[in-house]
Amino acid sequence: MQEVVLALLAKEPSHGYQLRARLRQALGPVGEAMNAGQIYVTLTRLEKAGLVESERAAGLPDRPDRKIYALTAAGNQRVADWLAEVEWPGPAPVEFHLKLVAAAASRLADPLSIVDAQRRELLRRLHEAQRAAMAEPDRSEAGLLLEGLVLRLQADLRWLEACERHWAGRRSTT
Amino acid sequence: MNTTGDSLMLSASGLIKNYGSGTGLTRAVDGVDLDVVAGESVAVMGPSGCGKSTLLHLLGGLDRPSAGTIKLAGQRVDQLSERSLARLRRDAVGFVFQAFHLMDELTAIENVELPALLAGRSARFARHRAVGLLDQVGLADRAGHLPSALSGGQRQRVAIARALANEPLVVLADEPTGNLDSEATLDVLRLFDELREAGQTLIVVTHDSRIAATADRLITMRDGVFVDETRLTGGTAGKLGVMAGLEG
Repeated sequence: MQEVVLALLAKEPSHGYQLRARLRQALGPVGEAMNAGQIYVTLTRLEKAGLVESERAAGLPDRPDRKIYALTAAGNQRVADWLAEVEWPGPAPVEFHLKLVAAAASRLADPLSIVDAQRRELLRRLHEAQRAAMAEPDRSEAGLLLEGLVLRLQADLRWLEACERHWAGRRSTT
Repeated sequence: MNTTGDSLMLSASGLIKNYGSGTGLTRAVDGVDLDVVAGESVAVMGPSGCGKSTLLHLLGGLDRPSAGTIKLAGQRVDQLSERSLARLRRDAVGFVFQAFHLMDELTAIENVELPALLAGRSARFARHRAVGLLDQVGLADRAGHLPSALSGGQRQRVAIARALANEPLVVLADEPTGNLDSEATLDVLRLFDELREAGQTLIVVTHDSRIAATADRLITMRDGVFVDETRLTGGTAGKLGVMAGLEG
């Protein structure tokens, strides 16, 4: 989140509410989960870290949305570094994988029921993401993001099929 | 699953379909029970060869079960005469196939009005209905085109309009987006969603989780049997932010 706010400021100094509006446009229904105050909390943290500086418009009460925020030199550098980073976000499958391994080893739970429960959850999420994608107008930025969510969920579901095959095979050989 | 209160539109019980015999016997559908209430959209998902297309053919009267019963709107349809079965397919069921199955020598509107004409409706009625349906699927301006002059997505939308021509009790779709690119897929899914919202009972079989996930209820099929069932609507929603990594 910090890097995203920094990157939004890289274009030009802005009020917090302008950043929020820009995020809402880019995220569409995905951004509805975001707390309205989250931008300001993040801006305050960034300011303490010396990555952002703010200027209050003269003669106006001291409220966060009256301030204009801008990147410091360090902030600019952070944005440049972040943009150059090659990292694919999202939860790694490691935790889920280890859960199945541990369940099988301890015999405390059936790995296949864990996979089933996970598949149902992912299918419900896919349902939500796909319905949201269908509700977006053509070529919307938010629609593009939702397409990304849908494709990743499909990939996760395919991996769950591989998990199911593996653990079903293990069960039949023991 | 037993449903009370809601009216059952389609109900299958102990459904079996065998191919071959003796050691070559294959059970394509191996004991399926399915209840679909009016207005529900159900997806059956599974890998190719799991029996889902065979199941759809049984449900729509394109094929007869080896054992088991099928009821459509309360009427037994698994033992109908050939003639009655043909009437059932024409009047009560709308089919949508992966390969569209349009008549190549007929224009879009002629394809759409054909089922009504075959059902004995007047030419005027059939044309009027077809115009409305083509408009509904967003192809009013393509009415005079032959299928060969239409894109894949447009052909499938014509096929959907045709499936609706006789106001079927249930629409059955077999990999309806299997031949379409992602944009045309979205168009077809949006169309199905409009049908669902209008209360059309809909059963889709597909190997594609994305298509299946648009339904109200999703059934997973393997080796001729149902192995899992998930209700997709009415559960927990509001997780888009979590999925996108904004929270949680």
